[in-house]
Amino acid sequence: MTADTNQIYADLTEIFNDVFMRDDMALTPTLSAKDVAGWDSFKQIEIMISVEEKFGIKFNTREIDSLKNVGDLASLVAMKT
Amino acid sequence: MQHLSWQPDIADWRPRLRALHTSTTDTGPDPWPEAIALANARLDFTRTNALDDVVRKRYGATRPKDTGTKPIKLAILSSCTVAHLHAGIRVAGLRRGIWIETYEADYGQYLQELLDPTSGLHAFKPDAILLSLDARTLTQGLHAALTTQDADHEFADACARIKQCWDLAKTAFGCTIYQQTVVDVFAPLLGNNEHRLPGSKNHFVTKINTWLRDAADASSVDLVAIDAAIRTDGLNTWYDPALWDRSKQEINPAASPMYGELVARLIAARQGRSFKCLVLDLDNTLWGGVIGDDGIDGIIIGQGSALGEGFVALQTYAKDLARRGIILAVCSKNDEANALEPFEKHPDMVLRRTDIACFRANWDDKASNIRAIAAELNIGIDSLVFLDDNPFERNLVRGELPMVGIPEWNDEPALVPGILAAAGYFESLGITDEDRLRTAQYQENTARESFRATVTDMAGYLRGLQMQMVWKRFDTLGQSRVVQLINKTNQFNLTTRRYTDADIDAIMANPRAFGLQLRLLDRFGDNGIIAIIIGRMVNDHDLLIDTWLMSCRVLGRGVEPTTLNLIAAQAQALGATRLIGEFIPTKKNAMVRDHYTKLGFSETERTEDGHSFASLDVTHFTPAANFIDVQEGF
Repeated sequence: MTADTNQIYADLTEIFNDVFMRDDMALTPTLSAKDVAGWDSFKQIEIMISVEEKFGIKFNTREIDSLKNVGDLASLVAMKT
Repeated sequence: MQHLSWQPDIADWRPRLRALHTSTTDTGPDPWPEAIALANARLDFTRTNALDDVVRKRYGATRPKDTGTKPIKLAILSSCTVAHLHAGIRVAGLRRGIWIETYEADYGQYLQELLDPTSGLHAFKPDAILLSLDARTLTQGLHAALTTQDADHEFADACARIKQCWDLAKTAFGCTIYQQTVVDVFAPLLGNNEHRLPGSKNHFVTKINTWLRDAADASSVDLVAIDAAIRTDGLNTWYDPALWDRSKQEINPAASPMYGELVARLIAARQGRSFKCLVLDLDNTLWGGVIGDDGIDGIIIGQGSALGEGFVALQTYAKDLARRGIILAVCSKNDEANALEPFEKHPDMVLRRTDIACFRANWDDKASNIRAIAAELNIGIDSLVFLDDNPFERNLVRGELPMVGIPEWNDEPALVPGILAAAGYFESLGITDEDRLRTAQYQENTARESFRATVTDMAGYLRGLQMQMVWKRFDTLGQSRVVQLINKTNQFNLTTRRYTDADIDAIMANPRAFGLQLRLLDRFGDNGIIAIIIGRMVNDHDLLIDTWLMSCRVLGRGVEPTTLNLIAAQAQALGATRLIGEFIPTKKNAMVRDHYTKLGFSETERTEDGHSFASLDVTHFTPAANFIDVQEGF
């Protein structure tokens, strides 16, 4: 990973820890909703809004629909920042 | 988006929440105060959800005890997705020490649940209902090709549907109703003169929000004025069309903490839990500069500079708050003579000495001074808001007196009124004549205090006040003040029963009950309505004093025995031979625990939690002597 990618993962980890009220989220590129208890469509919206606010970006519907895992999300953030 | 911009950032918020989360459940101190403290921070919706989660896990089905506030069961009836709004509402209640339990009718089933006595809504037995109807549902039949006549028909139909919900809720539950105003989600079709298109959905929303103002007042419904919040924050802050398409959320989850605020501050206001007094620092808060160093010619206030205009705007806002019933006080580290000089001599000061009900300028710490202000004004410390530019002073008072409302400061004084308004500290459900005269009344009290100092004996003082008590039965003219007092009096309140307009109507209509409003005048002025009594016959010979409350402004003036004389006479007229006094203890009314025994009643019953009854034979009642001349009428 590059330094930028590392930073994005660190920021995403903080967001996921907050959203799921945990200290121990280990984000990997292949991690997806089915791997995390409580990651439902509402949590998904919560994650999206938190990421948008954190990085000062806005996702459109196509982009959100194309996300399959954390790796996709990190790449999308990298592309838009 | 700025979340709860008036709240401070708490640096160690996350570790404190985790500590709250892992704190053992039944041992150790009650975590409720810590939960309240964590709610009083600048929370985004993720943190709001997290706090709500922790608090609900901690308390589960049992609600916290001894909150000193009334727990509320709030049912949300909505035509769209509102599951993401519960946490914001509950946490905003927590911020005010109020436990809110929420219920949500099944998706889109609000009308059915209202109508069906076997529904979950009826089983929930709400104390309050929040009706949140989305713009698309309300405008279903409307389209741009409609004639004026058809569009008017659609409008009348939508109004009738809203009204029907209110009526159903009132009949079924007799509860408080909150109506969210409609979100303006539609893009205009004509443009600037959108109102010329009869079938415009955009204009329909404007019209229905206007209609709601009058209709809600006529039906005693309180508005959650989200349209006004949107005007301030911008539609994009509150509404995201893509989220509507994804999840039918009309309110953006990011705005849910603020949505919760709007709802919870109404709930708090209904419980008399709004703040009552604004305590102002002086140097660099009411004017630019330091009066002790810069002198009256050196401070920045008034025309001629942008900054001076900003302080004028701030002072003007404070003065208008006072005109509508908020008490103003000053708390400043200064020599008193220096601090008073601008109020008395500076031509550009908007606030004058007479606008300030309590003026404390000295070198004591501010927490002590704020305690003294509350004591002098005879109001709770938790009804004070403290405005100070100095973060050191704010933090000191926050640490010592966490119940004081302390907004963050902005170095642009012109922005401070907006911060105070956004914080909603002074949320009020209406305005009465008493509100308009409040500052004057507190000043008359100061005059009474000085008069007391000149008289050596109590009887001489009371006689010298030339008091007159004027009373009358409840009437529609005084009803708003009666309801206001019933819902906000906490200290001198024997039973702390909160009643709505409908309850008061019922008392007025009941021939075996009476409601009395008492006004007290003296040589220094009119104290306004100072006491409310509700008595009702519970059998052929016993009259229960259901409600006895009094304003603390008139404590120590012998009003209580005079009031008892009046109650006894009213009870005798209904055929009563015995008065039953009831005391229900709360966190705030310890001062009246022995009220009835002091008046000669005998205690008949006292439960473990302190709820007690006392009785007094009125067949041979001799009115107590007093210094108050009593008259009927106003």
